[in-house]
Amino acid sequence: MPYISNTDKDRQEMLNAIGVKDFKELLKEIPGEFLFKGKLGLGKGKSELEVTKDVKSLAAKNKSTSEVTSYLGAGSYDHYIPSVVPYLISRPEFQTAYTPYQAEISQGTLQSIYEYQSLICNLTGMDISNASMYDGASAMAEAAILACRHTRRNKIVISSTVNPGWIAVVRTFTEAMKYEIVIAESENGALELESLKKKTDPETACIIVQNPNFFGNLEDYNGVADLIHGIKGLFIVAIDPISIGLFKKPSEYGADIVVAEGQALGLPQAFGGPYLGIFAATKQFMRKIPGRVVGVTQDVDGKRGFVLTLQTREQHIRRDKATSNICSNQALCALAAGIYLNTMGEQGLKETAENCYWRSHYLASKIGEISGFELKYKKPFFKEFVIKTRFNVDTIMEKMLEYEIFAGIPLKRFGMAKDEFLVAVTEKRNREELDKYADTLKIIVKGL
Amino acid sequence: MDFPKDLLFTEDHEYARIADGIATIGVSEYAQEQLGDITYLELPQVGDNFSKGDSLGVIEAVKAASDIYSPLSGEVLEVNTELEANPELVNKDCYGKGWIVKIKMSNSSETSSLMNADDYKAHVE
Repeated sequence: MPYISNTDKDRQEMLNAIGVKDFKELLKEIPGEFLFKGKLGLGKGKSELEVTKDVKSLAAKNKSTSEVTSYLGAGSYDHYIPSVVPYLISRPEFQTAYTPYQAEISQGTLQSIYEYQSLICNLTGMDISNASMYDGASAMAEAAILACRHTRRNKIVISSTVNPGWIAVVRTFTEAMKYEIVIAESENGALELESLKKKTDPETACIIVQNPNFFGNLEDYNGVADLIHGIKGLFIVAIDPISIGLFKKPSEYGADIVVAEGQALGLPQAFGGPYLGIFAATKQFMRKIPGRVVGVTQDVDGKRGFVLTLQTREQHIRRDKATSNICSNQALCALAAGIYLNTMGEQGLKETAENCYWRSHYLASKIGEISGFELKYKKPFFKEFVIKTRFNVDTIMEKMLEYEIFAGIPLKRFGMAKDEFLVAVTEKRNREELDKYADTLKIIVKGL
Repeated sequence: MDFPKDLLFTEDHEYARIADGIATIGVSEYAQEQLGDITYLELPQVGDNFSKGDSLGVIEAVKAASDIYSPLSGEVLEVNTELEANPELVNKDCYGKGWIVKIKMSNSSETSSLMNADDYKAHVE
């Protein structure tokens, strides 16, 4: 069956209309040496059955966390997803709903976003949350832009312990705006306050940190909020939402804006997306935050209803002066996070965080007992830690995969130390799996 | 519609009332009428400096938001903080209680580029 509906006659008519003889004439600007000559190696046409078989065998080459035990982290984590989450979000009313412009027909979607926002405020200790953004990294970039606009300053100070992928996204977002990004150094896996003080001056719009940081370490921000607030700049904190089950909310140490990757809250890792950008702030920035916001109101009969609110910040009203280019949100992912948080509750989140904490510490000490491996930082950490080894990291990773274990992420992938790797342990890893990790590592090392 | 004779106007519908080198700045009756019910104003800080044409704040109505452009250069001496709680004063009394900021002018010759009440009336009509 032909899927391109234009006939040769249609094509000729179109070519005539734009005044060219044939299709090749359209390519004349491209130097001949770059044009592909010969035949594409696509083979003959195939039946649907044949294509399905081919693609399935290609897909089978992938290894996913459903068959391999995963200790991969660096921003995306293998947390447990209660069955109620995928069951509820797959209801067609939610799965097909488009941007809820029309409050009259979108009360369900709007209410789910309002509840998500309320949960995020509760989780972060902030006053206002938006309806969500694309992912944690873009939420961080939007926070930096807000800070620069609010303070009318151009300098963004970021801790070197922030996820390097996120720093790269902040660079991409702010490059054309001529904002300057300054990296504050770390020492022993945590932001170094003296370096931060030196890098922060009256031109600084904000300080951005991540807690727990990229290396999994919990940081002490004593003095950081005072430092930046002293010069009327903003304190932007990225968190792991699960860690809030056990540790302080960022509002308790002076955050003005909190951003986070919400994938841990009921979303599959799914090879990198779609994820969920959490963005929350104090009330002071209500009219400066990016993205959509749902509010509660009353209809003409005095009944409770939900609407998009504070829209004068957005592109369709504020045009080029809008607070952000993002006028969309991750409604389905936000719904998943809302259902996840409601399912877990305060107690469930606490238990999940505790399990992450104890299980990761158990594995870290087991690995540390093996000759040639040591825990890099002697610092409090949450669920992720760095291992330094005298063996070749790539070899270790490959061998571990032969035993169906994703053992960690080599830090050299981020331009960091060649002899270190990052290990993440979630509540899903039981004692048996953790012991298998350590035992397998011992076996592998013997053979090296 | 009211076009007070003691005021100078911009094409963007701000007005300035000048006395002793100090300009009281607000938006015209035409502007508030076009915007509709005003819900919020983003105001500058005392001590901020603006050049003529800079955005000194934002005026927000139910279905629109618009920059307030400074008609003159100078330093902000006073901000009408009443508007934080009662933004509707701009609708009710734009030339009186609905004033927005007072600026100490740094270049008095700039007034020559503004319109008088008659010219502004012709401009909006």
